Amino acid sequence: MVSNMTPTESVKKGLARRYRKERRFRALGLLAVWLGFTFLVILLADITIKALPAFHQTWIKLDVYFDPEVLGFEPGRPIREEALLHADFRGVVRRSLYAMFPQVRKHRDKRKLGALVSSAAQYQVRDLLRAHPDWLGKTVPVWVRADDDVDTYLQSASLQGVAQDHRRLRDNQVAWLRELEKQGRIERRFNWLFFRSADSREPEQAGILGAVVGSFYTLLVTIALAFPLGLAGAVYLEEYAPRSRWVDLIEININNLAAVPSIVFGLLGLAVFINFFGASRSSPLVGGMVLALMTLPTIVIAARAAMKAVPPSIREAALGLGASHTQMVFQHVVPLAMPGILTGTIIGMAQALGETAPLLMVGMVAFIVDIPHSFTDSATVLPVQIYLWADSPERAFVARTSAAILVLLGFLVLMNGAAILLRKRFERKW
Amino acid sequence: MVTIMKHEESAATKVRVPLDEEESQAVETLAAPSAEAPAQSDETVGDPFVERAKMSARHVDVFYGEKQAIFDVSLDLGEHEVLALIGPSGCGKSTFLRCLNRMNDIIPECRVEGDLRLDGEDIRTRGMDPVLLRARVGMVFQKPNPFPKSIYDNVAYGPRLHGLAANRSELDEIVATSLKRAGLWGEVKDRLHEAGTGLSGGQQQRLCIARTIAVSPEVILMDEPASALDPIATAVIEELIEELRQNYTIAIVTHSMQQAARVSQRTAYFHLGKLIEVGETDRVFTNPRHPLTENYITGRIG
Ligand SMILES: Nc1ncnc2c1ncn2[C@@H]1O[C@H](COP(=O)(O)OP(=O)(O)O)[C@@H](O)[C@H]1O
Ligand SMILES: [Mg+2]
Repeated sequence: MVSNMTPTESVKKGLARRYRKERRFRALGLLAVWLGFTFLVILLADITIKALPAFHQTWIKLDVYFDPEVLGFEPGRPIREEALLHADFRGVVRRSLYAMFPQVRKHRDKRKLGALVSSAAQYQVRDLLRAHPDWLGKTVPVWVRADDDVDTYLQSASLQGVAQDHRRLRDNQVAWLRELEKQGRIERRFNWLFFRSADSREPEQAGILGAVVGSFYTLLVTIALAFPLGLAGAVYLEEYAPRSRWVDLIEININNLAAVPSIVFGLLGLAVFINFFGASRSSPLVGGMVLALMTLPTIVIAARAAMKAVPPSIREAALGLGASHTQMVFQHVVPLAMPGILTGTIIGMAQALGETAPLLMVGMVAFIVDIPHSFTDSATVLPVQIYLWADSPERAFVARTSAAILVLLGFLVLMNGAAILLRKRFERKW
Repeated sequence: MVTIMKHEESAATKVRVPLDEEESQAVETLAAPSAEAPAQSDETVGDPFVERAKMSARHVDVFYGEKQAIFDVSLDLGEHEVLALIGPSGCGKSTFLRCLNRMNDIIPECRVEGDLRLDGEDIRTRGMDPVLLRARVGMVFQKPNPFPKSIYDNVAYGPRLHGLAANRSELDEIVATSLKRAGLWGEVKDRLHEAGTGLSGGQQQRLCIARTIAVSPEVILMDEPASALDPIATAVIEELIEELRQNYTIAIVTHSMQQAARVSQRTAYFHLGKLIEVGETDRVFTNPRHPLTENYITGRIG
């Protein structure tokens, strides 16, 4: 069959088929890339659109009358801090609203009217009086945050179309809002508070900073433990450990450890760090230690691969010049492997940043309204915050969930960018 | 170019590598190896010993795991001489060379037996630190392997390691002289702080030689230092070896018989891990006594 064809002829015959195969493969590859890319774009667009409302906050201008009677302060007397904390500023805020809508009489309607502004308004007004004691007995225009229901209603065209049974804002509330709008008492501003505060039950007061700081402390603990330990372990296993059954066993275990479900590390952390050593629950210290355990195998494996990739000729060159084994390792192998080691470390850290399950086990899932200030303060982290908000019934938390996802993605992009930069900076060729 | 031509000429006159007679000789000795094989002893033909030995090996066996790579080799390295190690590939030239500065130590499954001495001192006792030994017995490898550092740092690495320079200017001096002796100074003196890996192959190999001699070793081992180089770079390195001989003792592995003939005073021929024949280079190439040597030199084993 082949015998009566010259090699050129038989090659030509196969050529068309080969080209077809090649084209098919290329088309398949392209399709896969585009599919992945499209999904990514859709996902990102969806998250971004959903997140947008979280970046804006509606403000309402009230004419607040610092009524000495309601507050129980005597004009002209200095106000004690103690009294300030117990005074009825909520009443002051409500009354200024009622004054604007004298036609509202019924108790139920009054409650609805008061619900237009955020419950944080009373604290804002209190702080104002603390700063300006002379305002007692005066009427001052004050911008306060609107309630999250107002925000949600004003930012959603679809909500505005439906009957009041299907939304949280009643028709009379909408009417009051429109009236306020007409008087120029409604403003939309950028929601800085989202980046400046910690979690809250009220969506309009909830922010991401607490979780960001918590993540920061946690990752600091993680990297401080995992990088030196991982590097030391990798250097020992790769360069010093004698070839024995024990070392093989350790190697196999490290590789297996990388595949252990992360929640198991959380259980381990709960049992060892909290129950046995008595470390404080919910703290970045414990969370960081758990994540360090989880990241360690990743770093060890990446570091060993990077050190293996250092050409033997470089090792021979160093040894041939009279460098000792340790000098060779630390003057040549480790520095040359550094880009790979750093890349592995950052990838491990990025993994740790996005990890939720093990942290749930050590109590980092708690609802925490304070920004943590140390490694032992109770804290939460970004992915847990996302989980908590995603679980909340208020509609405004949907936007905050998406916004938090964007923040988390932003940090991940930053970290990967850092990995690329470091790799470029340390890159050497041989 | 002129110097290279001269070099080729002198080599050609020094040794008569049989080229024209190759064919006729082939017919003559074709049956010889098989006829003589049973009678052939393990004794090395020629004289492996010299009067003033810088290094000496006695009854050296090397094993890679179960497999023996070197069989009972005894050989001296005379002071200020260039000894060429030749033989078909896989015959154990590199393995033997690496015994001389204990580079085989770093191969876990490699085991060396026998007696190896430097200036009469056993190099395989506990007392001889391999690090110190390698500072005294330097090595140049087959593939140029500069560190991914600057040219300066490459050469300065050894002196820094062993504390050979008291200050920066002394170090500068060592770097400059080493590069000069390696014949690289003129080409790199203006870019000492550029990467050594950016040089051409021949320049890289000379950089590696400069790096080796910067430590002032007593012996230099070269494992096919020119095998990856073009003829011009090879000629430069060969000239360099001739010059280095004034101060150093050199053992060079080469697969080019012309090169062995040009640069060495003595030649050792290895075959399947055994040292078959040793002698003055002129004598070995013009009048090989062992049929295996003759076959190799005339190009029948390669
Ligand atoms: N690291 C090693 N492990 C196992 N066997 C080796 C190793 N290095 C060399 N050998 C074996 O030892 C023999 C001699 O090798 P080598 O000294 O490199 O020969 P040459 O340099 O003469 O070509 C060969 O058979 C080779 O397969
Ligand atoms: Mg070799």
